[in-house]
Amino acid sequence: MTSTATAPPSSTERPQQPGGAPAPRDPRRIAFGHRLSRWDLKLSPYLYISPFFILFIVVGLFPIAYTAVISFMDWDLVRNSGTFIGFDQYVYVLTQPKFWIALRNTFSIFLLSSIPQLVAAIFIAAMLDQNIRAKTFWRMGVLVPYVMAPVAVALIFSNMFGDKFGLVNSVLTDLGLPPVMWHSDAFASHIAIATMVNFRWTGYNTLILLAAMQAIPRDYYEAAAIDGASKFRQFFAITVPSLRPTLIFVIITSTIGGLQIFDEPRMYDQYGTGGADSQWLTITLYLYDIGWGQWNFGRAAALAWILFLIILAIGVINLLVTQKVVRDEGRRDAASGRQRRAAARAARRDLAARATDSTLETPEAAR
Amino acid sequence: MTVKLSRRTKAIAAVAGAASIALLASGCSPSSDSGSSDGPIELSVATFNDFGYTDELLQEYMDENPNVKVVQNKAATSNDARANYFQKLGKKGLADVEAIEVDWLPEVMKYSDLLAEVPAGTADRWLDWKVDAATDADGRLIGYGTDIGPEGVCYRSDLFAAAGLPTDREEVAALLEGDWNKYFEVGAQYTAATGKAWFDSAGSTYQGMINQVEAAYEDPDSGDITATENADVEDIYNAVLDASATQSAHLGQWSDDWFAGVGNGAYATMLCPGWMLGVISGNAEGVTGWDVANVFPSGGGNWGGSYLTVPANGAHVEEAQKLADWLTAPEQQIKAFVNAGTFPSQNDAYTDEALTGFVNEYFNNAPVGQIFTDRAKAVSVAPFKGEYYFQINDAMQKALTRVEDGTQDKQASWDQWVSEVEAIG
Repeated sequence: MTSTATAPPSSTERPQQPGGAPAPRDPRRIAFGHRLSRWDLKLSPYLYISPFFILFIVVGLFPIAYTAVISFMDWDLVRNSGTFIGFDQYVYVLTQPKFWIALRNTFSIFLLSSIPQLVAAIFIAAMLDQNIRAKTFWRMGVLVPYVMAPVAVALIFSNMFGDKFGLVNSVLTDLGLPPVMWHSDAFASHIAIATMVNFRWTGYNTLILLAAMQAIPRDYYEAAAIDGASKFRQFFAITVPSLRPTLIFVIITSTIGGLQIFDEPRMYDQYGTGGADSQWLTITLYLYDIGWGQWNFGRAAALAWILFLIILAIGVINLLVTQKVVRDEGRRDAASGRQRRAAARAARRDLAARATDSTLETPEAAR
Repeated sequence: MTVKLSRRTKAIAAVAGAASIALLASGCSPSSDSGSSDGPIELSVATFNDFGYTDELLQEYMDENPNVKVVQNKAATSNDARANYFQKLGKKGLADVEAIEVDWLPEVMKYSDLLAEVPAGTADRWLDWKVDAATDADGRLIGYGTDIGPEGVCYRSDLFAAAGLPTDREEVAALLEGDWNKYFEVGAQYTAATGKAWFDSAGSTYQGMINQVEAAYEDPDSGDITATENADVEDIYNAVLDASATQSAHLGQWSDDWFAGVGNGAYATMLCPGWMLGVISGNAEGVTGWDVANVFPSGGGNWGGSYLTVPANGAHVEEAQKLADWLTAPEQQIKAFVNAGTFPSQNDAYTDEALTGFVNEYFNNAPVGQIFTDRAKAVSVAPFKGEYYFQINDAMQKALTRVEDGTQDKQASWDQWVSEVEAIG
């Protein structure tokens, strides 16, 4: 059989190495440009976002860490030196009655400002969302108080809230009402300060909420109007639920701002130390007084860290509560997280069981 | 967080520079970088409120010293200046000549080694107690005295007339001559006749009284806090609050109500350092009744005043010392007094016609130069103010306010003050 003749080894065939292993391939050369473009793909996103993080580390993280170090020391600002004394500063701050009064005042002013402010902001935003004349004028109008410097606002308002010759009290006495002691009654002073905060921040929150309201599809309202829903019904059934994610943002920012309130109480009287009986002493004001009044930076740093932890704790509570109360509709149902996860597991089991039972193999379902 | 930011600017600038964020580095450099001492140099003077150093006055120095250019930075309040001072003291960034106030002088004295000493032979220019207060334990004088605050009594002659009291400033001085009891007695007479307030607030009256106590709050030798056991302090506290119940307008000093009261006749008298005249005439324009009497209860009293200091690590310490020396010489200090009412602390100034002959038109042409020269000579006590003076006094002012505004009674407020003082230190 001619067929038994072996074909001559083809020149194209690779020579066999002894041992039958394939010959090593020429190392594949990757162009530098290629490598660069691979790095580009992998690294440049990090590079592009790095300025923020470098800035944050330098002006955010470093001071926070440095404050923590100083808070364990008896620190001399001028000589830039200190001796380590452990938790003494924290103990000192926490045992001061003034600290607890400041905490009470801070929360009182925060609640007195944030709640009315957000309620007012939602309603003003709803009004501005209507089809009114000179829309831009009114919308910009609500932002005007925000443009004013807080110190200027505080100066004007503290003049109005004078105990003896202030505008508010003269009006009250003219109406035959007793004057309010704005600087000796703690609650009255909180109201006065909360008024300044509300004056400045209501417009700002209004504009954020207005922007969110404008993103609500108008079809909803049309449908509701055809169904015969009143304006109020539309507001509570469409507008408010649609605002939920924005509300969470606004509530959290105003919480942080509220707990750090400083300018207004500082400018409320001539000394800026929170009143004779600490009536309107807030935590930041107390912090300022320890640091810049008494030059005790160790204690001030300890207080700064306590405030940081308080804000962190309140922030977490806030987030949990707002997520509960103000749910993001459409994505989550009324069930709790645990129930939802359990339901999801049950659904997966169910689908998997059906997939193996049926002859129809659906990889999507089995996954 | 801004705290650390401004304090650590240098470190931040370094790190930021490494991260090639050059933006941050700008705006942090000290302002006084200038040529060598041979060529023309620039000297900066940092003051607050109004020291009376006008452009014309500084120009005089530049004309005499053609190689020096003087620049003044004015802070709005002494609190701003204080914060700036302690943030930069011992580091870089302070002006070549820095003004300080007596209120925070005790804190400055803690760091007297970081300041250049006033050259020997100049000290006899000033009043003894002005020099003593700025001399540290090692005998180094670190402050060039500028002004002092000798106190008289300002009064509303129109309200005095309505109450049947004398209105002429010599007669008023004779009427009030005596101790604090006398002052409160006349006050009782005034309130009985008119039903109106005699003085502005317990706090400011207390300040006048406590400034006559040699060592009110701290032991000058050991530095221990003695405020709560000091019988003088408690006596003054009780005396002023007893009077305040009927005679005070209950207007906290420097409050908006107080400023309104300066103009609307809410009270008849006020303790009045020289620099207060400008405050009154500025806030009670058009009021014609204000006058000033050459008298102060229980002798003289001083309230306030300032110094110039030269940070030892400045770029031009010697030139800065020369400038501070010139600015605080009697001739220049009298010009500053005419400009801004800052009453000189220099012995020679008190015999100078330019000062003694100075009259104030607003205060019914009162010869205020002569009056405050007399009041300065009447100051016999230089109160000791230690490291914690400011804090203790601040707590005391609040204690007085609590009683005045009815938040607490006298005893409760005193007890709270005692516990606050015990927490200090």
